[in-house]
Amino acid sequence: MAGLDLWAMAFVFMLATFIGFDVIRNVSRLLHTPLMSLTNAISAIAVVGSIIIAGEQKSTFSTVLGTVAVAASVTNIVSGFLITDRMLRMFKRREPGK
Amino acid sequence: MSPELIEHLTQASYLLASGLFIFSLRWLSRPETARRGVAAGVAGMALAVVGTLLHPEVRHFEWIAIAVVVGTIIGVPLSRVALTAVPQRTALSHAFGGLAAGLVGAAKYSLWLDEGALTPFRMFAIAVEVILGFVTLTGSLMAAGKLQEVIPTRPITYRNQNFINLLLLAIAVGAGLWLVVDPTKWQLFPVIVALSLLFGVLLIIPIGGADMPTVISLLNSYAGLSAVAMGFVLENKVLIIAGALDGSSGFILSVIMCRAMNRSFTNVLFGAFGQVQAVAAHGEQKAVKSATAQDAADLLETASQVVVVPGYGMAVAQAQHRVRELRDQLAKRGIGVRFAIHPVAGRMPGHMNVLLAEAEIPYDELVEMDDINPDFPQTDVVLVVGANDVVNPAARHDKTSPIFGMPILDVDKAKSVIAIKRSMNPGFAGIDNELYTADNTVMVFGDAKAVIGDVVKALSGGSGIH
Repeated sequence: MAGLDLWAMAFVFMLATFIGFDVIRNVSRLLHTPLMSLTNAISAIAVVGSIIIAGEQKSTFSTVLGTVAVAASVTNIVSGFLITDRMLRMFKRREPGK
Repeated sequence: MSPELIEHLTQASYLLASGLFIFSLRWLSRPETARRGVAAGVAGMALAVVGTLLHPEVRHFEWIAIAVVVGTIIGVPLSRVALTAVPQRTALSHAFGGLAAGLVGAAKYSLWLDEGALTPFRMFAIAVEVILGFVTLTGSLMAAGKLQEVIPTRPITYRNQNFINLLLLAIAVGAGLWLVVDPTKWQLFPVIVALSLLFGVLLIIPIGGADMPTVISLLNSYAGLSAVAMGFVLENKVLIIAGALDGSSGFILSVIMCRAMNRSFTNVLFGAFGQVQAVAAHGEQKAVKSATAQDAADLLETASQVVVVPGYGMAVAQAQHRVRELRDQLAKRGIGVRFAIHPVAGRMPGHMNVLLAEAEIPYDELVEMDDINPDFPQTDVVLVVGANDVVNPAARHDKTSPIFGMPILDVDKAKSVIAIKRSMNPGFAGIDNELYTADNTVMVFGDAKAVIGDVVKALSGGSGIH
């Protein structure tokens, strides 16, 4: 079973990478800075792994590391989404008739 | 709720989150839908976190709550930095991503070591996660330090640099493989961590400021891949998907940056860009024509088509708002103003676009290199604000120039050029820019913000020009 899981994960990885290439290639160059901060916030989904380690409290060592990892991930989630939105709000078209 | 039902709910939340993340990036493709993309990302994140907190393995919440508070306290101010500091912030967030991956890898190693559950596959995934995570951590911290100029931005080199660096990495990888064979050799684990941390530092110190757009993109990719490795360790598919999206995004951006400089990855990482140029930086000095802000204003006033080329100098001087005032003054006179954006202008991909957007310059006036280059011969005046290498004509014809072959903005083909520069000191690259000595170029020396402020005053007919 473990072997099957490994292969399933490898397939997921490959397909997600292809989707990533395709989606990112269509992002306007105008928005490459917000793109980087948004993908950064999204990959802070690492928070779910950190939450499990910090919350299962199997040993002091793992709990401490997990807690720091949750804090690091939450920092990226909070600052990543907020700054992306802040930047995107600034992108405006020329007002018509101007 | 039965444990199976909860497991189904958790997995369903991960599935939905993965879909939302893909939509999030899709919507980001155009400015009109981009903010919807952020909303989708937030929704996906919230779903996945709730799905995880429901999980029976998560039994204690006090430390999680404290960590969330701490992360929010650090994260909110980090999201409010000046937009000129966005490259540093981005590098820092890559560091946090790497840190989380490295720590989770170390925690899992210690837990599975005690339980005797370290299968070769798990051990391999942990080794990859820990190496990538900690290399990203110190590499990104170094990049952030260089961008903030706490660390010298000039490349630092020493003898046999590449050999020593790669040897360190090879030892770390070798120790990782040894652990795959015999996971009980726990003494090797801190060795891997230490070598990865060191390698991250050494990887970045030879890289100069001008290469930062590529380096940040590459570190972005590493941060994503370390999240993928964490997904393999924890057998968590949403992590693999989100990490793969991040990793492929960083990879594509790195490729775009490399192409925009006509260089390869290996050349950026192992080339120590600044070194070569120090040698190339001489040749006969032609005189430059120096002009005042008033002269620049007079020249601009007679134009009918103006193109502004912003560069890192504009960011450093925080001159984007003055640039906007200048644009308004020219537009009032019916003069057409556009902005030419080179892909590597600034310190990260898209840096100039964000700064000009902050100054409320409509984004339809920002034009990419390939689209604006054919228009330069019909342009009356080009105003170069703190850009250097990206407008150096030597890239087109001087085979001895270190930037030969790099695609540039052909501003020298315009009828006249005004270049605003702090001094005649060459940029980090240290290359002479023949644009400055060309017959159709005048230079205005000074801080970009002050100079453009004076030009605006001269145009508005006001007094108080120095």
